This record gives sequence, C-alpha cells and structure tokens, in this order.
Amino acid sequence: MDAPPGEPVKAGWAAVAAPATGAVNSVLEWFGELGIFSWKALCAAVTPPYEWRELIRQLDEVGSKSFPLVALAGAAIGVVISLEARYSLSRFGAKSMFPATLVYSVVQVMGPILTGLVVSGRVGAGMGAELASMKVTEQIDAIEASAINPYRLLAAPRILACILMLPLLTLAADACALLTGWFAQAMVEPLSFHQFINSGFNGATFNSFLPQTFKTAVYGLIIGVIACFQGMRTRGGAEGVGRAATNSVVLASLFLILADVVLVKLILVVFQ
Amino acid sequence: MAPVHDLPTEQAEPEQGAGALFVAVEDVHKTFGTHRILKGITLRVSRGETLAVLGRSGTGKSVLLRLIIGLERPDSGAVRIHGQDIAGLTLDEMGAIRKKMGFLFQHAALYDSLTVGENVGFPLAHHRRDLSQAERMERVKQLLVEVGMGGDQEKMPCDISGGMQKRVGLARALALEPEILLLDEPTAGLDPISSGEIDELILKLQRERQMASIVVTHDLHSARTIANRLALLDLGKVVVEGAFEDLQQSDIGFVQQFLKQW
Repeated sequence: MDAPPGEPVKAGWAAVAAPATGAVNSVLEWFGELGIFSWKALCAAVTPPYEWRELIRQLDEVGSKSFPLVALAGAAIGVVISLEARYSLSRFGAKSMFPATLVYSVVQVMGPILTGLVVSGRVGAGMGAELASMKVTEQIDAIEASAINPYRLLAAPRILACILMLPLLTLAADACALLTGWFAQAMVEPLSFHQFINSGFNGATFNSFLPQTFKTAVYGLIIGVIACFQGMRTRGGAEGVGRAATNSVVLASLFLILADVVLVKLILVVFQ
Repeated sequence: MAPVHDLPTEQAEPEQGAGALFVAVEDVHKTFGTHRILKGITLRVSRGETLAVLGRSGTGKSVLLRLIIGLERPDSGAVRIHGQDIAGLTLDEMGAIRKKMGFLFQHAALYDSLTVGENVGFPLAHHRRDLSQAERMERVKQLLVEVGMGGDQEKMPCDISGGMQKRVGLARALALEPEILLLDEPTAGLDPISSGEIDELILKLQRERQMASIVVTHDLHSARTIANRLALLDLGKVVVEGAFEDLQQSDIGFVQQFLKQW
C-alpha cells in the first residue's frame, strides 16, 4: 500500500526540526539554570552568616593576583594606541589632538574591555576549573552535607570579589596605558606629562569617564556568575573540568562583549 | 590504634527504650534520565541501630544515602528525618537537619586545599563559633586520635593513603556529634587489616554514641560485623531485610546467590 503523499515532506521536516528543537531546548534550559543559580547566589549573598574571610581571600585572588597581568596588558595597549594614533593623526594634521585621543580611547573604550577580557581569561578559567574540580571530587557535596550553603561559601564571595575588583583593575590598566602611551609619544616629540594630562583631560567631566570605568562592575558580575555556574554544575571527571574552564572563559568573554554594546548605549543615553 | 584481634561476630543490641525512629524512607522512587534506579524503597532506622544496605554495584545504594542526606530529591515517596519530610525543605532548612547527620563519602571527599586538621575542623569552624580556636583544635585532635590519625593534622590529603583519607573523612563526619551517621562503602578499597580496624571503630562509636547508622557496603563480612540488620537491594527494590540469619534462611534465588559469593 503506498504511503500518503504528504509523508515524505513530514519526515523531512521532522529530521530538521528535531535537532533544532533540541538545540533550542538546551539553550533555554541553560539560561533557566543560570537564572536559578544567580537567584540562589544572590539570596545566599544577602543573608547571614556572611563569609567575610572567604571574601577577603577572593579579593586577593581576583584583585592582587590579576594586577600584574592587567597592568602589563594596559601598558602594552597604551604603547600600541600611542603609535597608531600618532600616525593616523599626523596624516590628518591633527597631532595636537593626540593627548585627548589617547585618554578617551583608553579610558572610555580600551581600558574597560581589555581589563574585562584579561580578567575573564585569568579569573574565569581559574574559578571555573577550581569549582569544577571540587564538584567532580564531591567536595561541594561534602560542603553541603556539612550543613554549609555552597552558594554562600563558594559562589557569593567569588562573584562579589569580581564585582568589586574589576573597576579598580580597570583604573590600574588605564593608568598604565596612559603612562606608557605618554612615554611612547615623549620618546619621539617632547611632551611633558603635566602637559599631556592637562591637554588630554581638558573639558572632561566625571561623566566622561566614571560610568565607563564602573560599568566594569557589570563585567565582574558576568565573569563571576558564569565561572561559578559552569564550575558548580560540572559533570564528567577531568574532561568535564577542562570543559568547564574553557566554557567559563568563552561564555564570559562573549557575554561581556555583548553587555558592552548595551552598556555603551545606556551610558550615552543616561549620562551624555 | 589497637591492633585487630577477634572481632565480635555479634554486635551490641540497641539500648532498651532507644527505639526512637530517626530515619524513615517510605516508598521512594528515583529515576535518572531513563534509568529507574530505585523502585519503591522502604526502610526505617532507629536510634542505636545500624542498618547495612547491601547489593550489587549500580543498584542505587549510594543514591539511597544521597536521598537521605538531601543531596538528591526523590521522584516520589518520602524521606523523613525525625519524622519531618525533607523533600520540600530549602537549602538553609535542610542545613538545620544536616547538623545532626554525619556523612562519609565513598572516596572521603576531603577538601584538597586544606590540611587534615582543617578538614576535620571545617564543620566546627562554621557551626561551633562559640568555641575558641584552642577548643576547636583540641576537639580536632581528639577526633583524629579516635580514628587513629593523631599527629597527622598538618598533612595534606594528597599526602595520605586512601584508607587514611577514609579515617579523616569519618572524623569529619563525627565533628558535630551527629545523631545519624551515613557511611558509603567505608571499607571499599582497603586491605583486610584496615577494613577490620574501620569495622572496630564503627562498632566502638555505636556502643558509645548510640547513633542511628546506615552503612552502604558490598562487604558482607563487614556488614555482619557492624550491623543489627541487613537489607539486600536488587533491581531497585529491597529483596530481603533482617538479621543475617534471616538472609541465610531466605529462599529467594538472588539472596542465595549473593551469600554464596562470600
């Protein structure tokens, strides 16, 4: 008996729809679980007892230990922008704009995103791997079995440390970038640091720079939440730990960049 | 620790009047994905009793313990601790119940960035802030001596053997003086002498503290030594439950096959 004429078409759609539906389901489940995790971490963070000792330890881990890398990255980007800006501005006869160009480029754009990506790589991978390793060796289960809230002990201090440290690290990166950028320029043409700062910040207000610096607190929230979430839901032994570390960095970096697009627009609308 | 001599083949009967029901598992079902692991388990353990849960690997013994401590939730049925159903409790509510329970994980699950002493003192540091640092350290020392690890406080978990890690895990499980003790394969992977020492330690703790204990094991010799009752699991159900003699008298084929291996 021949199959009805519509059957091959239906079978074709099913073959395409099933994997697509599965992928969409997975993405929605991921966001759902992330939402639940974030809520539990928030509730744990705002209810006592507070894990002050663990928070201080994480502030050191995220802040002090990321400082050398962030400072170096800032210094390097300062030189790069300085060299590129001098060349470009010379072509258009606008060399006098160099200080302002460097200052605005670093403080408003490059400093925050660079700091976010560097910290996402260092801290995101480290946190994701550490928590994943604890998960696969049942240490997180042991914490919970000891009547200690793992969200309060592990997730909340890490997320809070990232939120608090990112703006400070951004300031450090900005300072190093401006210093090396000025130095690279001063090697070619005489320009005192005092003159450079006066010229660069001429006409600037707090609104020109502070929102861009403190938006990195949102970056810190993204890095902390993603890294802790990926780590604490790991399965699969050593392979799972590696996957958690990689996913922490990739997803945190991706969401950070997307967040930057939204935050830049928001800052322009609200503050300027 | 004192060397093992003749282990008692019968364990002490629970104290008279000590039958308060501490743990009740009532018709519990649990599925992971498409795998039905537990298909209606009912067990009860009272104060001063030790129940050994036996069965083949993969029959859900460890899952049962995880349900009792609340690390998993049953799909249906109830797990009651001191009469309270723990299924709907929040993490913090469950924490109040877990303070009365001690759990020894199959692989000890020691915190690898802390020393042995810090591992044992971890529950005390969080739940006994009324104790001074010196008092906590003294308590840790006592616990480690009790499990035969006195003097090893400064070692890291990676520096000690698997058997020693189990002892430290047991000391940590006892830190808050629990009323309920859950032991997941306490003698798995240990040599016969170490297994005997762990069995002796569990018996000693039972005599002194009269806890309600559930021991998951597939070591029948150990189960006979330390348990008042044994429950044999197969295909997600309790096949037989009772004293060892009840198992011997069972005419269920699986039970006879299981006993024959020993």
